[in-house]
Amino acid sequence: MNLPLNIDWQQILLHLFNFTILAGGLYLLLYRPVKQFIQKREDYYRSLHEEAQKEREQAQKLKAEYKEKLAQQEAAFAQKQSQAQKDLDQMRSQQIAQAQQQAEAILEKARQNAQRERADIVSKATKELMDAAVIATEKIVLRKEGDPYDQFLDLAERRGLDEQTD
Amino acid sequence: MAVLLIASIAVPGSGQIETIQETMRDAVLHESDKNNLFGIFAVNPGYISSVVVTVILLVAALLIRIFVIPKFQYLPGRFQLVLEELVGLFDGLARSNSPRRNRFLGAYAFAAGVYIFFGTLFELLGLQAISLNGHSVTLPAPLSDVNGAIMLGVLSYCVIFSGVLAGNGLRGIGSALKEVSLLLSMSFRLFGALLSGLLVTELVYYYTSLSYVLPVLVAVLFTLLYALIQSYVLTMLTTLFYGEMSQPKGNKPKRRSRQQSNLAQDA
Repeated sequence: MNLPLNIDWQQILLHLFNFTILAGGLYLLLYRPVKQFIQKREDYYRSLHEEAQKEREQAQKLKAEYKEKLAQQEAAFAQKQSQAQKDLDQMRSQQIAQAQQQAEAILEKARQNAQRERADIVSKATKELMDAAVIATEKIVLRKEGDPYDQFLDLAERRGLDEQTD
Repeated sequence: MAVLLIASIAVPGSGQIETIQETMRDAVLHESDKNNLFGIFAVNPGYISSVVVTVILLVAALLIRIFVIPKFQYLPGRFQLVLEELVGLFDGLARSNSPRRNRFLGAYAFAAGVYIFFGTLFELLGLQAISLNGHSVTLPAPLSDVNGAIMLGVLSYCVIFSGVLAGNGLRGIGSALKEVSLLLSMSFRLFGALLSGLLVTELVYYYTSLSYVLPVLVAVLFTLLYALIQSYVLTMLTTLFYGEMSQPKGNKPKRRSRQQSNLAQDA
């Protein structure tokens, strides 16, 4: 059967046969291997991505845990710090009170010592003065050179002259 | 090159064997310049081109399969990138146009696209074959033969039809038959596009004065352009219609009769 435009069923079928072989060959030799490789690479990078995602989630979880622990530690630390501060304040006030007591005791003791020493010094000085007065009196009384009455007069006269010159 | 150019202009040709009308008619119909296929069939030169293109593509694919694909790396080189892009282009076309069934469609689009593109570029080689009447014939693009174009158009329609059957079963046949004009439009779009290129090239080469410089534009650039356009258009149309027609059609809710509605309200 002659069709217009030189259309020939036999040649159409030959073209079909040819194209079928080409399509099959291209599918087996190029399309499928390349697509499989692309898929393999996609799987590889997807697995990497998923792994990274998992690790990231794990890291975030760890971070949250550490953050919580840190917060707990900070709270405990703050509590201990405040307790320590309280203890310190208490100890300081006790020590201050103790030091004040000691200081007062020392002062009291020192005052007593001073009074005692003062009394000693006064009594000693009094005694020395008395001794000196006794010695002086003895010296005056017991001087052998000249007449004591004359010595007294001389002395009185010398003092009178001194007053006049002043 | 310059010497050859000057010599080719200076040396007179052997004269034109056939008129422009005959040349054009032969380019379209191939009635007088048939070729012999293995001594069995008398076929159009387009079919010889088709066989040559198939052999070249299969050998190239085999070499790539043996020597290139096993060395593929996760960080692709240039050639690997080209191959991946080529496969990815048609695969993506099938996936985007037919999200449900696209495995076979992608492979078909890839084969058809590669065949059209490289088949069209094949005419640039200008390979010669001897016709049955003893003339030297330049092998044209396989799809500039009307039989090749009809084959691809019909096959694309059959692929679409298979998508309809796979997606909707016998219910979808009606919608597929409604688009039967695709058979003609796809076949003759391909034939017309590739034939027009061939005719322009034949016309240009027919006259010696037009055979210098101008073919660079006409033959190379135009061929490249319509090779790209036609491979994209046919694969895009096929995947688009396949996706559209293979989409399962949901059961439309039947209109209730007034009596049924009243019964439902009473209940």
